[in-house]
Amino acid sequence: MSSPEHVLSRAEALRRALPSDFRDAIAQTLYAEASRIARRAVHTRGQRGRDLDQWIDQIVTGPVTGLLVMLVLLAVVVWLTVSGANVLSEALANLLFGLGDLGRSLFEQVGAPWWLTGFVWDGVYLGLAWVVSVMFPPMAIFFPVFTILEDLGYLPRVAFNLDWLFKRAGAHGKQALTMTMGLGCNAAGVVATRIIDSPRERLIAILTNNFVPCNGRFPTLIMLATVFVAAGFSGPATALIAASAVVAVVLIGVGFTLLMSWLLSRTLLRGEASAFTLELPPYRRPNILRILYTSLIDRTIFVLLRAMSTAAPAGAVIWVLGNIPFGESSLASAIAQALDGFGRLFGLDGTIILAYIIAIPANEIVVPTMMMIYTGAGRMIEAPEGAEAIRALLVGQHGWTLLTAVNLMLFSLLHNPCATTIITIYKETRSRLWAAVSVVITLGTAFLVTFVTASLARLLGLFPSGG
Amino acid sequence: MKNAAFVPSESCATCPAFAQLERMGIKMDRFDHVIALAGNPNTGKSTLFNALTGLKQHTGNWPGKTVRRAEGGYQFNGVRYKLVDLPGTYSLLSTSQDEEVARNFLLFGQPDCTVIVADATALERNLNLILQILEITDKAVVAVNLIDEARRKGIEVDTRALSCDLGVPAVPIVARTGEGVMALLSSVADVIAGRLQTQPRRVCYTPQLQAALDELVPLIESLAPGLPNARWVALRLLDGDARLQQALLSGELAEIARRQHVPESRLSRQIAVVGQQ
Repeated sequence: MSSPEHVLSRAEALRRALPSDFRDAIAQTLYAEASRIARRAVHTRGQRGRDLDQWIDQIVTGPVTGLLVMLVLLAVVVWLTVSGANVLSEALANLLFGLGDLGRSLFEQVGAPWWLTGFVWDGVYLGLAWVVSVMFPPMAIFFPVFTILEDLGYLPRVAFNLDWLFKRAGAHGKQALTMTMGLGCNAAGVVATRIIDSPRERLIAILTNNFVPCNGRFPTLIMLATVFVAAGFSGPATALIAASAVVAVVLIGVGFTLLMSWLLSRTLLRGEASAFTLELPPYRRPNILRILYTSLIDRTIFVLLRAMSTAAPAGAVIWVLGNIPFGESSLASAIAQALDGFGRLFGLDGTIILAYIIAIPANEIVVPTMMMIYTGAGRMIEAPEGAEAIRALLVGQHGWTLLTAVNLMLFSLLHNPCATTIITIYKETRSRLWAAVSVVITLGTAFLVTFVTASLARLLGLFPSGG
Repeated sequence: MKNAAFVPSESCATCPAFAQLERMGIKMDRFDHVIALAGNPNTGKSTLFNALTGLKQHTGNWPGKTVRRAEGGYQFNGVRYKLVDLPGTYSLLSTSQDEEVARNFLLFGQPDCTVIVADATALERNLNLILQILEITDKAVVAVNLIDEARRKGIEVDTRALSCDLGVPAVPIVARTGEGVMALLSSVADVIAGRLQTQPRRVCYTPQLQAALDELVPLIESLAPGLPNARWVALRLLDGDARLQQALLSGELAEIARRQHVPESRLSRQIAVVGQQ
């Protein structure tokens, strides 16, 4: 009877006696055996299906055509989302705000106290109505389209196309896959990094995942792009211009992902990019029913419920802040006022900063929060509907400029991950430190970049009212 | 491969005519057997998992989709099975997290049977993993999936020759449509009940390595008598696998070996639960 320690030391000694490449020998033996068995069991006649797949792959993964196809697909997905979402959002907003008016007048008829009516309808309900009308449409369009690409087998091709870029940044080629998942939800993107073997490269992928805008942030980008960048255009051109702006923002996000990966792999997470094999699966016909189920029930409704659960308390907080008198105005405006100087440093304003603070639990409620603070926490009877009304409110009454819009888009792209993602990062890395680093890196980048653009604009004398 | 085992396939002898499948979703508080679902990424493990359990674990056409382990249940011919969908891996030799999840479950979770899902259109690449899994467990059935896609591409897979070579049943299936799934389930039931004797193919390594294994295997077997995969453990120890070194030192391996001698299936249920942690 030998002891475990003895067995281990024997194994150690035997390993040293083996040729240094014995691991390769094991792999080779397995491959040789596999090929022998396969030769006996597999018989091939002709190569019909393979040809079409290969022909498609030549285009989709070609050095130039691959990038083009990727850009076009991204643009189409965003354009579908933007143009569809604008129509749906307006209809939903009309319906939900109308219901809110009904509810309010019902409360008034029964003689409910003003604070109850206000808290329920101008606080909690308004928060919910905003979130649903702003968030649901883009998700209901983006997720099914994205899932179709996923089921087709396109995503690994993206990783294949972007591999050289990530390798140059010292990161893992599969990071392109986790980055793409981040477009749906950053928390999901962080979980998906488990496919990356090396801990160093996995950490890079986790820390930089937030630089691609998730679905919670798309509504912010879409609204800003529609109201500001595409203002002055009409008809189908509006959606096209707005979509291009959102695509540009996504590309800037990819740029920051690569830049930050490069910086990390030369500072905190030094090392070489490791090699890996990536299988390009055959193209498969997507199962439409399953796609609708997964994308609408598992993804859209799931994310929407999460957003609603943070929007209701946020709405309540905003209403309370907006109705506690403070000096001549409310507490909300006082806080916004106090933060204003800080916000202007970055080309933003105090209200936007306050909205971001209230929206830490979930990015998706930033725009609704901002709107509710601007409109005096629901004291305005008419909620702004449609791009024109929003533009009039922001530009006319609150002095927004193109710089405010651009910087808010940049800030929204680069700022800290939402609470869910931070918790996911903590769970995946088992380290408070890395979770904290992810916040510092993103928030630092957001403030730095917006500070630079705002200062540049000031120096050049652009948008004086925005600076 | 002179000393490799050859066993004629019996998978065709199973008759699924009266088989009954009941999908039990996540209701699996009581189950009789634990089935692991292993295989390369993107071979349709999750599709098969969904087809059997009635659950809607998301499937996607890219390798690495399933990074967490999913569990569900099904009932077949009155017997309840718990199905564990493992992350897809190309091998069990390296130490990335998904490979570790899959390997640890196969070794320490002690499933009653492992269904290895293989892609009929890329069988050779899949065999690499199949051979590695057959080193760990001898209770296995190979499900040759996507047989329809293979047919379209002019690829014929002779599953009878395959099960002959591998020493475990090989069943052609199309997980998406359910074709062949009943035959697969009855093969699984037969393997568990011992009606179908498996004798998995064990690869023959280079003479030097083989000599090292020959020395190490008896040592391991003396510590853990009856361990079904002593040769694989020896291979991993030669490789310096930290998890297995720890399992050897802590007596975990001896514990696994002890459980091998208890034929009662009720016990395997407890072990499977332990293995989940």
